[in-house]
Amino acid sequence: MNAGNESRAAAALARDIKELCGKASFPLRIMEVCGTHTMAIHAAGLKSFFPPNLQLVSGPGCPVCVTEKNFIDQAVLIAKEYDACLVTFGDLVRVPGSFGSLATFRSEGGRVRVVYSPMDAMGIASELSPRPTVFLGIGFETTVPTIAATIKTAMTMGIDNFFVLSAFKTIHPPLKILAAKKDLNGFLLPGHVSAIIGSDCYHYLVDDFGKPGVVAGFEPLDILLAIQDILRMAVFSTPQIINDYKRVVRGNGNAAALAMTGEVFEACDASWRGLGVIRGSGLTLKGPYSMFDANTHLPVDTPPAQDDPRCRCAAVLTGSTPDTCGLFGKECIPDDPVGPCMVSSEGTCAAYYKYGER
Amino acid sequence: MCLAVPMKLIEITGEGTGKVDSGGVRTDVVLSMVPQAGLGDYLIIHAGFGIEVLDEEEAHIRLDLFRELAEAYRAQDEL
Amino acid sequence: MARNTATKIQLGHGGGGRMSGRLIRDLILPRLDRGYLGSLPDSVVLSGLGDSIAYTTDSYVVSPIFFPGGNIGSLAVHGTCNDLACSAARPVFLSLGLILEEGFPMDQLETILHSIAEAADSAGVEIVTGDTKVVPKGSADKIFINTSGIGKIESPVRPSPGRISVGDRIIVSGSVGNHGMAVMLSRAEFSFDFELKSDSASVWPVVERLLELGPGLKFLRDPTRGGLAATLNEIASLTGYGIAIDESAIPLDKSVVAASEILGIDPLQAANEGKIVAVVEMGMDQVALDLMEGCWQARGAAVIGGVTREHPSRVVLTTRVGGSRVVAEPSGELLPRIC
Repeated sequence: MNAGNESRAAAALARDIKELCGKASFPLRIMEVCGTHTMAIHAAGLKSFFPPNLQLVSGPGCPVCVTEKNFIDQAVLIAKEYDACLVTFGDLVRVPGSFGSLATFRSEGGRVRVVYSPMDAMGIASELSPRPTVFLGIGFETTVPTIAATIKTAMTMGIDNFFVLSAFKTIHPPLKILAAKKDLNGFLLPGHVSAIIGSDCYHYLVDDFGKPGVVAGFEPLDILLAIQDILRMAVFSTPQIINDYKRVVRGNGNAAALAMTGEVFEACDASWRGLGVIRGSGLTLKGPYSMFDANTHLPVDTPPAQDDPRCRCAAVLTGSTPDTCGLFGKECIPDDPVGPCMVSSEGTCAAYYKYGER
Repeated sequence: MCLAVPMKLIEITGEGTGKVDSGGVRTDVVLSMVPQAGLGDYLIIHAGFGIEVLDEEEAHIRLDLFRELAEAYRAQDEL
Repeated sequence: MARNTATKIQLGHGGGGRMSGRLIRDLILPRLDRGYLGSLPDSVVLSGLGDSIAYTTDSYVVSPIFFPGGNIGSLAVHGTCNDLACSAARPVFLSLGLILEEGFPMDQLETILHSIAEAADSAGVEIVTGDTKVVPKGSADKIFINTSGIGKIESPVRPSPGRISVGDRIIVSGSVGNHGMAVMLSRAEFSFDFELKSDSASVWPVVERLLELGPGLKFLRDPTRGGLAATLNEIASLTGYGIAIDESAIPLDKSVVAASEILGIDPLQAANEGKIVAVVEMGMDQVALDLMEGCWQARGAAVIGGVTREHPSRVVLTTRVGGSRVVAEPSGELLPRIC
């Protein structure tokens, strides 16, 4: 599609969005559940299309943002205690722990390597054998199956120095909590998590909470179309779950990926920064695969983390805007973040700061 | 929470692995989650794994929708 | 800008973005500036030495040392020559300082020296003095290179941020992000095949042509660390004016687009080693493009936007779909993301 047509289609959708917002007698708040949507919306400058009574707020679908500070602390303690190499996605490198980030640890001589794929992490484990190599497991249902597959391969290949420290989380438990909030009118649902879990599983948003949800892709036009659909349903009170990413998302998801996940992981309680402990919202290695669990096989004493009492990441993660935090743009900036919302490239605060919404 | 991009499957390189391409950038990916993938298909690639096969028909339907929106907007504009 | 509060050097301090800025402004300048240093020139035009001479220095500590399209040696020559070129100085002489880690393979050193020679010859410079040191294993990452360069000012045109005015146009001499992305893709931890190469090359032939614009050429900068985003933000902050650019006008190699989508990295933040950003007088942008026509280093040159009175000190991008957003100054290390 050429640039001219793309802009025209965007303008058409923007006009529809404005019209719909004009019909509402109330301010409209849509939650972008997925951090990648937050990034895509900012990168395409989509907010410049929205009228003032439409607010898009970021939800907890930013794995780096909801990962507790002491996950970093635990990782660093493991590396020190067992002379291990930490392997991570780039996203986690600058997240502040209680004593600095992984970047800080690396500058002090700590072994930290960045990978694109968990398979690369397994490759590093082979290379460094017998040194324990710990993959820092953050992510939601999109990423979890890739680690499940990697672990299965590690088992087949007999790689016994490869470990995973799981901070994996699932999206439905926090979504159920957020759906109860009165001031949210609809949900922009994650595109790639839904590719795995399917679009059929969000019906509770409508049945139990009367809120619409649209599964959306990540191109600017996909997002605008999805927002238009959410608004239409919110304004006319016709909540439904719509799959607007049919080219990738099937109703029942990806069976092979779900089976892989189910074989390697089981649900457990997990602590979410900003939301506290949510029952059954985490994932832990099970059965024979628990031999790869860094938590049990590389135990360390991790003191509970103390969050800066002025930090409002908790509120931002559940829908407040960054400007409601006194630290935003002052003590807390991308170069010197206090909380994960500012560090993560998709964290609400970082996106607001970088893309100019101060 | 998941950066993933469509890449074209250009070669099967082994049991459950294949090579994908986008814009001349190629990488080996694991195909165990997309057993139905065939050469020439576009796969959604996340962290070195195929997580879905792009449904080209749905992709075309979507593109057509956007083209229609663009045309309708242009027509209105010209009024 | 918040003050530097770090007690230890982090990688971000060398990244060319805000962390580097704080290190320079809070630690280095207060102690060392006696007049020349304060304006933070990439290369400085020295007076009191007869003909105007430009002088610059740069250290090269890249990893990997071999990358598609070049190596640390060719980079060390072109990078320093390009700093001189951006002061409208013809690069003439270079010094070469080598710091080698004990155990560094001799055949790799030979390859690098060969590249240095080739790059110097193609850039028309002579290496006239040098130094070699070896440090114990672990004290350096294979090889570090410093090159200092001397260039001759032959044109009365003196590009500088002070000459920029509202209405001026911004040109980039070709596709951006090639070097940074090629280096990122070639990291050992990743396993990508690709044809993308670093664009490392001398930009003097491009600058020489643009100097024919005379006073219409306002400012030149090579967008290295921090990429186009860093350079545009530098212009905005040095002048206090706004910069407005059009995403669809920015030339991007299709591999760079693909890599940026796969790794989640903004191509505007990826380094360039063979490009320049030129600010030219309003109305002279087509003349500038015509002057660069036929110069292979400026293949794909394009006008990407201009200097505006709006949004002072900020760089605003009109996106492909017609939205608008601020292009932030990059802050530290470029990292791939998965989420």
